[in-house]
Amino acid sequence: MQVHDQPQLKAQARNLNFFYGEAQALKSINMPIYDKKVTALIGPSGCGKSTYLRSFNRMHDLYPGNRYEGEIRFFPDNTNLLSADVDPIEVRMRIGMVFQKPNPFPKTIFENVAYGLRVRGESNKRVLDDKVEHALKGAAIWDEVKDRLQELAPNLSGGQQQRLCIARALATDPELLLFDEPTSALDPIATGAIEELVHELKKRVTILIVTHNMQQAARVSDYTAYMYLGEMIEFGKTDEIFLKPNDKRTEDYITGRMG
Amino acid sequence: MSANNVSDLHQVSDRLAHNAMRNVSERLIELLLLAAAAVSVLTTVGIVYVLVSESIHFFQNVPFVDFLTDTQWTPLFDDAHYGIMVLVSGTLVSSGVALLVAIPMGTIIAIYLSEFANPKVREIAKPVLELLGGIPTIVFGYFALLIVTPLLQKIFPELPGFSLLSAGLVMGIMIVPYIASLSEDAMRAVPMSMREGSYAMGATKLYTAIHVVVPAAVSGLAASYILGISRAVGETMILAVAAGMQPNLTWNPMEPAATITSYIVQVALGDLPHGSIGYQTIFAAGLTLLLITLAFNIAGQWLRRRYREAY
Amino acid sequence: MTPMTTEQIRALIARGKLKDTLFQAIGILCLGIGLLVIFLLVGDMLMRGLERLSLDFFTNFASRRAGESGILSAWVGTILVMFVTAMAAVPLGVAAGIYLEEYAKRNWITDIIEINITNLAAVPSIVYGLLALGIFVYTFGFGQSILSAGLTLALLILPIVIVSTREAIRSIPAMIREGSMAVGATRWQTCRYHIIPYAMPGILTGVIIGLARAIGETAPIITIGALTFIAFLPPVPFTATGTDGVSAGLFDWVMSPFTVMPIQIFNWTSRPDPAFEVNAAAAGFVLMGMVLSMNAIAIYLRYRMRKNIKW
Repeated sequence: MQVHDQPQLKAQARNLNFFYGEAQALKSINMPIYDKKVTALIGPSGCGKSTYLRSFNRMHDLYPGNRYEGEIRFFPDNTNLLSADVDPIEVRMRIGMVFQKPNPFPKTIFENVAYGLRVRGESNKRVLDDKVEHALKGAAIWDEVKDRLQELAPNLSGGQQQRLCIARALATDPELLLFDEPTSALDPIATGAIEELVHELKKRVTILIVTHNMQQAARVSDYTAYMYLGEMIEFGKTDEIFLKPNDKRTEDYITGRMG
Repeated sequence: MSANNVSDLHQVSDRLAHNAMRNVSERLIELLLLAAAAVSVLTTVGIVYVLVSESIHFFQNVPFVDFLTDTQWTPLFDDAHYGIMVLVSGTLVSSGVALLVAIPMGTIIAIYLSEFANPKVREIAKPVLELLGGIPTIVFGYFALLIVTPLLQKIFPELPGFSLLSAGLVMGIMIVPYIASLSEDAMRAVPMSMREGSYAMGATKLYTAIHVVVPAAVSGLAASYILGISRAVGETMILAVAAGMQPNLTWNPMEPAATITSYIVQVALGDLPHGSIGYQTIFAAGLTLLLITLAFNIAGQWLRRRYREAY
Repeated sequence: MTPMTTEQIRALIARGKLKDTLFQAIGILCLGIGLLVIFLLVGDMLMRGLERLSLDFFTNFASRRAGESGILSAWVGTILVMFVTAMAAVPLGVAAGIYLEEYAKRNWITDIIEINITNLAAVPSIVYGLLALGIFVYTFGFGQSILSAGLTLALLILPIVIVSTREAIRSIPAMIREGSMAVGATRWQTCRYHIIPYAMPGILTGVIIGLARAIGETAPIITIGALTFIAFLPPVPFTATGTDGVSAGLFDWVMSPFTVMPIQIFNWTSRPDPAFEVNAAAAGFVLMGMVLSMNAIAIYLRYRMRKNIKW
């Protein structure tokens, strides 16, 4: 794991274990997330990459019987996101998430994007208008929806819905944005648009993205981590991982001998 | 060999004959089953036929305008008046009281069970609620008259022994399980991914429930409210026991009043000759009741179509 | 909006969580009210009616003296009416359910039947009473008999039986149907030997819930003109009736006048003498016992079904 010319750390997993009841889903994961970079998580289905991603915003706290061990340190304030003293809601206010299947709320386009702002108690119309527009522009969907902000979001196409969900996450200026296979439910054209967007977004925000598609990881990410059976097998700069992986298992997966 | 062939042929033709028999009996069974299914349609036809044909006789004796505008309902007096609004007011006031109790309470219970309660509580609470919904309405009538009315009289000393308020409140309690159970089903059908989207934005449980789950389940909620309204409008025994049965054009729940349903019961308890105008009034009243129910159901279905589940 | 400080965010979260907790308390309170009502009802009836709950209460006819009154004719009437209801509703409902799930093609006839069943569930029960009054009592000439009452309630619970039959059938995986058809069984044979047996627990649950609903129904039975005071039992088959010494036929009882539990309770609650309230409470307790135990059986059956069936 020789990574030179290291940028600043945004987050770091330290000895992270995770349990669904008795079953251990993550085993002693150590990994840095660098500021304003895109980090991709790859690996075969069931390897724990989504489980790992969802640990960052404490999604597992929604269901009973789940348990974390270890730490995810979040910088610059060096908070342990998994600490029992840290409120999951506070964590989620700092970390945005975009899901596998677009999940717009049954509200208007405008209200979808304004959702997080309203959750934070913002009700000033001017501020909301501004932030919604900014977020929609940031998610490259403003031109398509600016004349129909009062229409119901679920009427948009799948690709538009997913960009709307990205705008929704962007509106509250998250420090870290989690993407959980954001293109797996989309067609190739919509996928291309999202990938381009991810590339654009890293100027503003740190990104952690789970993908089942290695080409996608290669295209969008600066760093890549390969996971297998709940373990972090290899982490490094994306081109290094893809060109000269150190671990045999990573090589097998990347060259298509497995998974 | 040839003998064998002949017997083979026999067997084949036997089997074919058997098949033809089988097809006939299959067809017959299908017709029988269809006839059973048609009974429900016949029921509707029968209801409409009975109500309409008796009402036609009624309206041959009573002008339609009087029926709608008269402010008295005294069909059995010498000076007979047939103002249905007298009964409709009782029905609407008691239903209004019931729904003011049942809709908020039912919805709150549904949200609590679907979004807050742990699965064990839900597993126990839902059957218990269903038990509450299964209590015979005559028992609720007893409850309204002998328990709730005396309790209410401690708060409102001027409340009479029979009142729309007391009957309506108990009717509301009776309807709560229907609304809670159906609404909870609708909310649980909202995909978890939608809740996760809200929680991921830092929303609390209540905020998620109100701003995401309820809007997503709105058509199911509407259906449960419509069922609740149908129950309230059509409820009979609680009103017959606890609301008094004297016709009274009022919008004040503190008064006793007859409703459409309790009037029908009152007449049926007496001994009205078949074919008399008194006998026909209960069908005209029944038709009115059915039309009110129908109006609410059509409105409800229109609303549901308008706000179909968006997920 | 200037970025919020950590303190502001924490205060916001604390407020949100407080609202969550408050809502949860309200939810539990609402559920509690429901439970309280059940307890109050059962408790009050038991306390009030306990003095009357002896064997005599079950073996005496209603009487003008409250202390000597019993529910003999009422419980016998209830059981006989339920028998007729079950005999009519179960075959019809199950057959209709099978037709709609296994036979019906997607066409306008099926659509009409389906819409019709949904809408019948919203029709007030007293309207069924009016239907029965017009059709069974006068057109068919069944009079104010056990037969009329049983058929009325059968029509009333038919939608419940149909819907639960359909749900039970729908939960049977297609492979069972295909497996049976693949070995050459006809559609009816598949239903007879596979679908109906597998769907039986679900159908049974629906039937019990339907009967529990019917047993407490008062309004439609009063509407067809059931008497509230009956001091005799329907004729037992093959025993001498009255003075002329003629033996009763096997089915004479179905044409007999009758009363049922809820009507007996209604009669007692509407008497001015409070001594009859004790009778109403005792009879109400017995009726509640019948209904709640039927519902409990249904809930238990459903619970067992969910546990046992693993395709």
